[in-house]
Order: sequence, then structure tokens, then C-alpha cells
Amino acid sequence: MSNVGIVIVSHSPDVARGAADMVRQMVGAAVPLAYTGGNPDGGLGTSVEGILEAIDTAWSEAGVAILVDMGGAETNSEMAIEMLPPERRSRVVICSAPVVEGAVMAATEAWGGSDLDTVRRTAEELGGASK
Amino acid sequence: MNSVNAADSGQAQASVLLAHEGGLHARPAVTLTKLAKTFNARILLASDAAGPWIDAKSVVKVMAMKTRRGAQLHMQAAGADAAQAVTALVKLIEDDFVGGPP
Repeated sequence: MSNVGIVIVSHSPDVARGAADMVRQMVGAAVPLAYTGGNPDGGLGTSVEGILEAIDTAWSEAGVAILVDMGGAETNSEMAIEMLPPERRSRVVICSAPVVEGAVMAATEAWGGSDLDTVRRTAEELGGASK
Repeated sequence: MNSVNAADSGQAQASVLLAHEGGLHARPAVTLTKLAKTFNARILLASDAAGPWIDAKSVVKVMAMKTRRGAQLHMQAAGADAAQAVTALVKLIEDDFVGGPP
């Protein structure tokens, strides 16, 4: 069984890339990972297209867990999920967790093959535990 | 005592000094959790032999232990590969978290 993929969505491309760096360096390359952030003009924002692309890049048969920073990142992610082919739609979840810590926790859980629901619960379990 | 005590088959315990700079912070916690997940055995950790014991495969719980440098880390495992698991985890901690799973 393949590992669940992780997608990081932030309004800031720098935050998204930095969080992805942390996942890569701490958890390694065995977990599919993609990030997206910023609007097409180079400002802060998120885009449905960017999120769809990231889901595609991080796609795994085990599903994809998305970490978002706030507001539009979440609504655009919901929209992106709705636009996925039906067979993929049910295998993508948004985690209600802080984006950086949640991404590291979710990726660590995904490493070694935990299922999508376990990955989401681990990210959401963390609360202040990483501080 | 950093020795692994595998009294009867399927059970193993050890206690190891956590010498890592900064204690069991984010990166070593992730490395330890990943290694624990490579074994089938149930592996428990505690910073006090009296407990509470937490699941070594739960990165959130391992990080929440906030084990400091100089603390004694206790572990116990149960399952067919319990002895191998405890041996590998002790080695990881003694090797200062270098050489964990990729």
C-alpha cells in the first residue's frame, strides 16, 4: 500500500515552500508531497488551479491530506476537491490543524503506510503538543 | 543501564540516557517515531518508569513528552519483534539519532 500524500496550501508561497522543506528534511522522500501558495500575480493568495495541481503531484492511491493556513486556503481547497474526478474526491481530506506542525505530523504518520483517516486524526490531535 | 532486557520471547525493556542536545525535540521525535513504525511490536515510552507510558508510534505523543536532555528514557515492547525494536531504538538514541530510517 502506498503512503498517503501531503499537500500544503498557504497564502504565502514562501510559507508553503518552507513547510514543505521541513517535511522533506524531517520525514524524508517516502511520502508524496506538494505545496502551493500565492496568487498568479505573485501576491498573497491561493488558487483552485494551484491546489488541483498540487493534489495531482502528491497523488497517492492511499489518498491525499491537505494542510491549509486560513480562510481562502480552505474554501479554495474545498472547491478543488469538488472539481476532482468522483473516484478521487472521497480520497482527499482537509486537516483542521496548523499548517506547518500539521504537515510534519501528518507526513510522519503517513510514513510507513497509515491510512488517510489516521493521518488526518494525527494532524488534528496535535493541538499544542508540538510546542 | 542501557542494556536491553528481553526476559521472555515477545517482551523487551530498556532504559537509555537521552543525551541529545535539546532533548527529544521535533526532529529526533520524528526520527524515533519513524523507526518505531518499522516494527510490528507495540512499543511504549516513558520518561518516568512509573509512567505514564505513551505509544512510541504516535509522533504527537512522543513530542508531547517533552523529554529533556539528561532524562532517562524507558521503553517496553511486546510482540514477535520486540527485542529487535528495543535494540534498534536504544541504538538510535545512543547514536544521537544519526542513522534512522530514510
